[in-house]
Amino acid sequence: MAEDREPLFSSKNMKLLREPLGTSNPITVQVLGICSALAVTAKLEPSVVMAISVVAVMAVSNVVISLLRHTIPPRIRIIVQLTVIAFMVILVDQVLKAFAYDVSRQLSVFVGLIITNCIIMGRLEAFALGNKPWPSLLDGIGNAAGYGIILIIVGFVRELFGSGTIWGFPLMEKMGLYSIGYENNGFMILPPMALIIVGIIIWVQRNKNTELIES
Amino acid sequence: MKNFSNTYIFIFSSIMVIVVAALLSFVAMQLKPLQDKNIAIAKKYDILKSVQMAMDADEKKDKQAYIEKLYEQNLKESFVIDSKGNLKDGVDAFEVDLKAELSKDLEDRNLPIFVFEKSQNDQKYVIPMRGKGLWGPIWGYVSLNNDMNTIYGTTFDHKSETPGLGAEINTQVFQEQFKNKKIFEEDEFVGIAVKKGGAAGSNEHAVDAISGGTITSNGLQSMIHDNLQGYVSYFNQKRN
Repeated sequence: MAEDREPLFSSKNMKLLREPLGTSNPITVQVLGICSALAVTAKLEPSVVMAISVVAVMAVSNVVISLLRHTIPPRIRIIVQLTVIAFMVILVDQVLKAFAYDVSRQLSVFVGLIITNCIIMGRLEAFALGNKPWPSLLDGIGNAAGYGIILIIVGFVRELFGSGTIWGFPLMEKMGLYSIGYENNGFMILPPMALIIVGIIIWVQRNKNTELIES
Repeated sequence: MKNFSNTYIFIFSSIMVIVVAALLSFVAMQLKPLQDKNIAIAKKYDILKSVQMAMDADEKKDKQAYIEKLYEQNLKESFVIDSKGNLKDGVDAFEVDLKAELSKDLEDRNLPIFVFEKSQNDQKYVIPMRGKGLWGPIWGYVSLNNDMNTIYGTTFDHKSETPGLGAEINTQVFQEQFKNKKIFEEDEFVGIAVKKGGAAGSNEHAVDAISGGTITSNGLQSMIHDNLQGYVSYFNQKRN
């Protein structure tokens, strides 16, 4: 092939990485992957582990599918995508069970449910099947990180106001807020609050970036 | 789009499946020892919690080592009995698989007991148990004082009960209720009733069920009853 080689971190490639963090964020703009975003974000630690797991699954599956893109028969491409995702998810699940048992118990079924996370299959279908491995890797990391960053923000807010801790550190207690009558908000622990926080994030984002508002 | 023949599709999918299966089996085998160790430690942690030890484990830096150490230090003995209360030799109480035991007839079951000594003449007898919740298995450990009647502490957990409802059985608040309840009425074994609508504070044999978690609560009640049943002869020997 005689085409010009693009630099690895060209502006086009960097856009793949950057855009999903902001203007095409899978959660706040495309509103995908909400289910797990509600379920695992009661505490910061599981949110971060979930974010890392999704980055791993997404980046690797995107690259694998991209490498195989000329050999995958279109008629069974969805099955192939699912197999690759399922393979990665089982791998992540096994590794968590071996090295982060407590967290894996907290995440319970949600690690397994990464398989059904629409963001991942969406990216495989929409991007990796038609692009080279390197841009696919960036696209995968970008989208998973866009998902992860929202998870971490929501997890941070919910743990801080719901349990008064950050990563298990009793921040509110150390600041002496309980002695002046402050109380944790039990609502924050419940899944609906995650939806409200995601809603607030969407609101703030659209307020800052009016291009995102649909007419 | 390229056209692929059916033969190609079959070969492609076969190779893919074999490669994926081989890789996953390899990884699973490599990680198995580590996972088994984690599961064993989680079990020790549950046992310790049922005798009110290791409650501060979450604050320790090396939680796993802390749990192992406490368990080694405080476990006085562990043994396996049969339903007539006779000691069974050659079975390791920690390795007994309750799921397999519960599918056997009562006479053939291996019934493990873990004995902890809080102070001299103050032993706690931990009985492991397993039962059915609404969506999957529930399990737990009940520790008895050496009168073999009064409950000293409990740990319950579940695989997949409904969050906020049945899943509440693993909370401290729910488990507190079991303290000082009695499993014998005079000389008759009654177990602990998990009562919908609340149990009177004076009732020594009942605790409050979880609102909205009736099936889990009922499952818990049968679990306690069915698992302790096998030990009744042993308890009676000890009580007299």
